[in-house]
Amino acid sequence: MITLTGLSKTFDKTIHAVRNVDLQINEGEVVVIVGPSGSGKSTVLRCINLLEIPTEGSVVVDGHELTDPATDIDAVRAEVGMVFQQFNLFPHLTVLENVTLALRKVRKYSKEEANEIALRQLTRVGIPEKANAYPRQLSGGQQQRVAIARSLAMEPKVMLFDEPTSALDPEMVKEVLDVMLGLAAEGMTMVVVTHEMGFARAAADRLVFIDEGEIVEVGPPEEVFTSPVQQRTKDFFAKILY
Amino acid sequence: MTSEAPAKAPARKKQLSDERPWWDTFPWWGALIFAILLWMGWQIATNENYDLAWDRIIPGLRITIISTLQAFAIALIIGLLAGMGQLSRNVVLRNVARTYVEFIRGIPILPLIFTVALIVVPETSEAINSRLDAWFGWTFDLSFQMRATVTLALIYGAYMAEIFRGGIQSVPPGQTEAGRSLGLTRRQSMNSVVLPQAMRAIIPPLGNDFIAILKDTSLLSVLGVLEITQRARQFSASTFKFREGYFVVAFIYLILTLSLSLLLGVLERRMSRDRKGQR
Repeated sequence: MITLTGLSKTFDKTIHAVRNVDLQINEGEVVVIVGPSGSGKSTVLRCINLLEIPTEGSVVVDGHELTDPATDIDAVRAEVGMVFQQFNLFPHLTVLENVTLALRKVRKYSKEEANEIALRQLTRVGIPEKANAYPRQLSGGQQQRVAIARSLAMEPKVMLFDEPTSALDPEMVKEVLDVMLGLAAEGMTMVVVTHEMGFARAAADRLVFIDEGEIVEVGPPEEVFTSPVQQRTKDFFAKILY
Repeated sequence: MTSEAPAKAPARKKQLSDERPWWDTFPWWGALIFAILLWMGWQIATNENYDLAWDRIIPGLRITIISTLQAFAIALIIGLLAGMGQLSRNVVLRNVARTYVEFIRGIPILPLIFTVALIVVPETSEAINSRLDAWFGWTFDLSFQMRATVTLALIYGAYMAEIFRGGIQSVPPGQTEAGRSLGLTRRQSMNSVVLPQAMRAIIPPLGNDFIAILKDTSLLSVLGVLEITQRARQFSASTFKFREGYFVVAFIYLILTLSLSLLLGVLERRMSRDRKGQR
């Protein structure tokens, strides 16, 4: 589904955020990326829908080579959902309008069709009653669930999550993780950057540990947690697991 | 260091609430301005000389208002284009827009009006007209009023370009990213996501510019355009009633600008109320 080959990203010609990353993600797989802050994990994720343009290497999503200028990047992005740390809901639109905007502008659905799809997705994330509220009237957890519904409405083939719970108050983390667990159970292909090791343990097929822009270790989460091979991985988990 | 008790602060009246007395919060300035306006209005209504000045000046109000609206409308278009141009990815567009903004903002209005009205417009219209005449047997001529209005629009277009640019940049980049990640094109996310949000930051300063344009239409008088300032000048010069002429014109400007800024205040309050609690 996603193939990253020799992916590198350099900022300002000197800061190597991502170095030579190779990663293959299969359909229906849930991959969790962990690593210290500034290790380049978010950059890897953002390269998958070209929010960051790779300096080197190739990104193939569902058979489309994204770095090829001939690829219609807008069409590919419509197939790749992205959930951000800061939710990035559109504050001037209601919840329903947030979800229907791309359905109408990109998928060209009629208002009725779009509303129907949106309500279905809002039901799926458990807040259909907030359809006519504005994002500012919602709690952080509700906002993030709307953001997930907004992405799901486009029926993406892949969902990317960039630290979806890091900006939430602790009591709201679970409601968002529950939605994500549900998605994983339904067989959605997911790439998740997170610090929630509980989620990784429960849902991830593979755990990828990234440090200083490189993939240090890849494996089933339980294995990487309990018996990491690399010293850097051991040091990292020694710091965060308690 | 000796461990003496610190000197006591001088005794102050105990303040139990942060409520201030009515005379402290009362808008005296508004009452004062209102009183002045009232006095002026009374003068115009009762004093024959003021009445005379009023009758001579008020016909210019039409030109003042029309020029304000025209200059504002043109400036709005120029400002939007130049503001977006400055943020364009196209290197030529970006630099053309930037050059225009920096160039215009660096020149005072008065010399610019003379330059445009007496040099730029005659020379370009001459060049264009020779072609128009040859092709269509028709020429155009910009009146001095229009030349000055266009100059005002050029100047305020440059100021507005900065307002638009700032407004667009005030929208967090995450908004564009969210739009693009949903598959919206660059233009779609600009139109549906960024611009509606930028409007909150754009509308109040645009309102201020509208008031500023209104006042600056007084500069049309240097080209002999018969707006209210020019009429006040003519009246004063021909009757030697300087006080009457200039008081009346100041009165008219005050009425216009103060009511506009009241209106703007209402608009801003409404917008900030909408924004309350928004992250």
